[in-house]
Order: sequence, then structure tokens, then C-alpha cells
Amino acid sequence: MNDSTARDTLIAARPAPDIRHGLVGWLRSRLFNGPVNSIVSLLTLALLVWALTPMVQWALINADWLGDSREACSGEGACWVFISARFETIVYGFYPVAERYRVDITLALMAVTIAWLAIPRMPAKKWVVVFALVGFPIIAWLLLVGGVFDLPHVPTRRWGGLMLTLTVATVGIVGSLPLGVLLALGRRSQMPLVRSLCIVFIEFWRGVPLITVLFMASVMLPLFVPNEVEFNKLLRALIGIMFFWSAYMAEVVRGGLQAIPKGQEEAAKALGLSYWRRMGLIILPQALKLVIPGIVNTFIALFKDTSLVLIIGLFDLLAIIRAGLTDSDWLGFATEGYVFAALMFWVFCFSMSRYSQHMERRLHRGH
Amino acid sequence: MSNPSASHVPLWRRPAFRALIIQALLLVGLVALITMMVNNALTNLDERGITTGFAFLSERAGFSIPQTLIDFPGNSTYGRTFIVGLLNTLLVSAMGIVAATIIGFAVGIARLSPNWLLARLAAAYVEIFRNIPLLVQILFWYFAVLQALPSPRQSLSLMEAVFLNVRGLVVPAPIPEAGFGLTLAALAVAVVASIAFALYARRLQERTGRALPVYWCGTAMIIGLPLLAFVISGAPLSWEIPELKGFNFRGGITVIPELMALWLALSIYTASFIAEIVRSGIQSVPSGQVEASRAIGLSPNITLRKVVIPQAMRVIVPQLTSQYLNLIKNSSLATAIGYPDLVAVFAGTSLNQTGQAIEIIAITMAVYLTISLVVSAFMNIYNARTLIKER
Repeated sequence: MNDSTARDTLIAARPAPDIRHGLVGWLRSRLFNGPVNSIVSLLTLALLVWALTPMVQWALINADWLGDSREACSGEGACWVFISARFETIVYGFYPVAERYRVDITLALMAVTIAWLAIPRMPAKKWVVVFALVGFPIIAWLLLVGGVFDLPHVPTRRWGGLMLTLTVATVGIVGSLPLGVLLALGRRSQMPLVRSLCIVFIEFWRGVPLITVLFMASVMLPLFVPNEVEFNKLLRALIGIMFFWSAYMAEVVRGGLQAIPKGQEEAAKALGLSYWRRMGLIILPQALKLVIPGIVNTFIALFKDTSLVLIIGLFDLLAIIRAGLTDSDWLGFATEGYVFAALMFWVFCFSMSRYSQHMERRLHRGH
Repeated sequence: MSNPSASHVPLWRRPAFRALIIQALLLVGLVALITMMVNNALTNLDERGITTGFAFLSERAGFSIPQTLIDFPGNSTYGRTFIVGLLNTLLVSAMGIVAATIIGFAVGIARLSPNWLLARLAAAYVEIFRNIPLLVQILFWYFAVLQALPSPRQSLSLMEAVFLNVRGLVVPAPIPEAGFGLTLAALAVAVVASIAFALYARRLQERTGRALPVYWCGTAMIIGLPLLAFVISGAPLSWEIPELKGFNFRGGITVIPELMALWLALSIYTASFIAEIVRSGIQSVPSGQVEASRAIGLSPNITLRKVVIPQAMRVIVPQLTSQYLNLIKNSSLATAIGYPDLVAVFAGTSLNQTGQAIEIIAITMAVYLTISLVVSAFMNIYNARTLIKER
């Protein structure tokens, strides 16, 4: 018996270790580690192939892209000519052709403002926010409505399409955020009357569907104002949307306010700051920063719900596409129309939600 | 008076005085606003010749509704259109809540699957459907999918019993015969017995630590007992198979396409939100909880049932309830495709015929408000019960 623990013969060669790297290793560890997982992977793959193949064939491979009339549609796949033929209407609605540059300028200005706010590196954020909430709406209103500086007047009933959707969304956002902040502050007020009014206001709007609010704005609101005052349809819808979403915004902001330690306000009080300075300089900057993701999520919901204005007869993006479907030259393109509408809304909402997730990670300080 | 410095502060700088003034001004403003609105409304209504009040509810409505859960004869009143609309809203909401919960939980759990493909597929589902407006989805299902189905003569059929066509989905109708009541009674007995058994089992476990197979016994009882009764009483249930007569189907139950489109869209859309709630709920349970429970020797099954799910539910249930409320409110989009829900029938057709805008909108809003407040009240009770007991 050899009492040494060392071996004097070679161990037989073992098989090479299974690959953990590269494509094969990745497949093995993520998709095929074990029999159950392998079956799940294969079933999912089969489902994907089964569902995606006809979709891709319909939407891309067999689709018709070029042309300007119904004759261009071969009928084998999607006919995107339906969209391209009326693309101008989808973007501008019934806005006069000669004046459409005004919409372009407004949209460009809006894009620059949003980009400035969204990119964290850009300076002078505070002033841009003031511009976005005050300056931009005034400029946009003057540009789009006209009637000043030799710009011909364009009545709001000629607005439509993407432009109207963006108008409703922008006014909704710009209007509901400040109103929501005020309501949130009011709900935490020491004054019983202010507090209860804010609670009633918030809970009322949050308890009813937006559709009934829009119905209310379109059929009930005209009854409540003197006969001489003429409210146009768009303005009525905007008021309804603003009130409705300000209630949701108030609840988001309240969440932020509650997360700020009480000491902050007490310290500000001890410094002798007045109520509005305490809120404006100490509490709100911290609270709003905390709830940026929640605010963006409310914006997304608001943006999606702008499509409801079609029910009270405004021609937003969805309504314009829907109206195109009843055009007797273009019957039977419902799928193309609604898929395109879905895609447009999806692009806007998805980019907003990605931005919100990005900010959430950026602002995450681990407390 | 107790504070000597208070007398040096001018009246208008004292917080209490200011609060009083602000609130008084607010009250005056509010009363003025309401008075003005009421006055305007009365003048306007007078000019248009509309009488206020709820008398119209007992007038004859004179229009027909494509889907009614209760009898709706031709001489029905506006009050009855309200009931019919409300029932239709509740029907689609209940169907939507069940389907959205099932899809949502499945997708939410799939997102956490170790299988990369499945997790990605679930993530794609969530990202696609929650970023497309519900109204677009409803219109898509209704106009692009269901309206593209063949006519009744060329129906798609499943085993010559279930038919799908442009007029809707036709399924066989169950017709209970004499003696079917026994089966229903057996079901009721089984449910009661299962609850009693579960209570007994819990007490037994608290006293002795011995666990009884509650889930298995309960399931066996609820399925087995009615089945037994059904067989003993001689299977007293027949099916009415729909038949093509002329241009349409006779017999069976027809699910109208409006209901199907609304149901599909509501379930798919809400499920994408529920999936996110379920995922974040499960992820909110610290991994230390699972590790600790495994360390004291609990099986993975027990760990899931007694450690993970109860803690995840605390996060999930409140958000889930608010999604259910959203679904009920969103069902009002029915009006876009003409499903006869509360808003379409009552705030739509009835309002247009009577012109009683204020009363009808107020009643409609009150219904939704009541549902919201009742559910919120239950939610607060639940929250109070499941709150972490801090010592």
C-alpha cells in the first residue's frame, strides 16, 4: 500500500466541459437547460413563426407601397397606398394647404423644446420650462389660429389629424400639470374648506370615465354659460380633458409630496419662508423630481386618451383615418388604417415610456 | 391672548385670520359660480323648451336595443333603458375582468420565466398593447377583424355546433330539464362544505400543526359532487344546437360582435397592465424571504404559497383593483362601436331623444362614481387588514 497521496499515473482524459460561452452556450443556458425549458422554447418558437409569418407577409412582403390610387393595390397584402395617398390629411387635417407651413413651424418649435427638456445636459432648464408652459402655448396659438400679423385666420374646426392630436395632448399636459400641482397642495392644506373642495374635485374626476366627461363638456357645458358666450367644440373638449387629467396628476404629485420628510418643511418654516416660497423653493422641486416617472406615465395615458375626442366629433389622428375608411373610393382598408393609427400612437407612447424608464434609473438614488 | 407677541402682529398677517379670509372668499366665489351656472342652465333650458326633472324616466323610449339581458318590450320606458344599459356594462366588465386577470397573470409570470424567449415574448406583449390606445384596439377588433368574417352562410364552424360569422359567435344553448336543480344543489353543498373544511383544516393546523390537503379535497368536492348528482339524476341537460335558417342562425346563444370586440380589446389591453403589476409584485418580495424559507426546510411549493404569494399580493391587490376600476370605466368606449352599454344606450340614444342632458349625464356619472367609491371603500378595508403589523 502506497501511503503517499500523490498519484503516479495520469487520469483518463475527460470530455471537454460543455460550452458556456458563444451562441451555443447562450442558447443552452437560456433556452434549453432542461427538458421542460426546451419544450417551452420550442412551443414559443412555433407560436412566433405561426403568428409572425403571415403578418410579415401581409404587412411587408406582399404589400403595395407605390402608387396614388386604388388601382395600385394588388390585394395580395397590405395596401399602404391607402395611407400614403392621404398622408397630408392625416398630418394636417383640413388645414388650408397654403397655410400648412405654420403647422410645420409650430411642430418644429415643439420638437426643439421637448428635446431641450428631455436631454439632461442642456442648460437653462428652468427658463425652458417657463417657455414651454407659457411662451410656447401663446406662440402656437397665435401661429395656428392666425388673425394677427397678416396671418389669415384658420378656424379650429379645420384643424385635424396628427396636428389636432398633438394640440389636444399639449394643451392637456400644459394645463393639467400646474392645475394638478395646485390640487395636490390644496389636498394637503391646513384649511378644511380648501382641503375638502380639492378632495371632492379629485375624487369626482377620478371616479368617472373620460367619455362621460367629454359628453358633459359637449352637451352640458353650453347650458351652464350665458347664451351669448360661444364655446367652440375644441375648447370644450380641452377644458374637460384638462380637468380630468389634473385630478390624476394631483394624485401623482401628492405621492411625491408625501415622500418628502416633514423636517424639510419645518426647517423652511424656521427660516421664515412664506408658504409659497416653502413650496416653490423647498418642497416642490424635490417632490416633482421624485415623481417624474409617474408624471410621464400620466402624460402617456393622456396622449392615448386624446383619441376619445373622436366620439364627440373632432377629427383627430384616429378620426381622420376612420373617416378615410368610409371614402367610397377606398372601402375595405380598415386593417391598414387601424394598423397605421396604432403604429403612430405606439411610436409616441413607447418613446415616452422608454424615456420615463430611463429617468427612473437616472433619478434612482437608492432611498 | 396667551401669546404676547401676537398683539404686535397686524391682523392681516396672522395665519389663522388669513386662512379664514381665504376660505370665506373661496366659499363666496363657489356659491356665486354655482348660482350663475344654475341660473344660466334654467334660462337656457327654458329657451329650448326642455322641462327639468326625472319624469322622463317613466316615458316610453320607443327604440330597440340589440342585446338585452332582461326583457325589453317595445313599450319600455327610459328608466328601463337605463337598467338594460347598466346590465350590459356590468356584463362586459365582468367578462373583461375575468379574462384580463387570467391573461395578465399568465403574461406577468411568463415575464419572470428563466426561459429567455418566453420572457421576451411576454415583454413584447406588454410593450405593444399598453402603448396603443384602447379605442384604436376596439376599432381594430371590430372593423378590421370581426367585420371581415364571412356571412352566416359561409360561417366558420367548430364541430357543426359553434359558428363564427360577421353577425357574431353562435354557441349551443344549454336547456336544463326537470331534475337539473339537484346538480345545482349539489354544487352549492360542495362549495359550503369546502369552505367549512378549509376553516376546520386551518384550525387543526393552528392547534396541532398537521396540514390537511385542503386544495385537493376542495377541488374534488366541487367538481365531483355536482358531477355525481348530474349522473344519478340521469343527465337532465340538453343542448340547443344553432341551425342556419335562411340568412341567419336560429337557436343557440348569439354573442354579438360588438360584445366580442369590446371584450377582446378590454381584456388584452388591461392584461398588459395587470402583467406589469404581477411582475413588480412578485419582484417586490425580497429574495431573502425565499432563501430564509428554504433554509428552515419549507418545500418550494409551500414557499411559494405561504411566503411569496401572500407578500406579493399585498403589493398586487390594490393596483389590481384600480385596474379593474379602469376596465369598468373604459367599457364606456363601447359607444364607439355601438355596443349597448350604459353610455351608448342611456347617455347616447336616450339623451338625444329626450334632450335631458343634465339629468342623464348626472345619473350616468353617479353610477360610475358609486362603483368607484364602493370598490375604493372595500380596498381601504383590505389594505387595513393586510398592512404589515409593526410592533
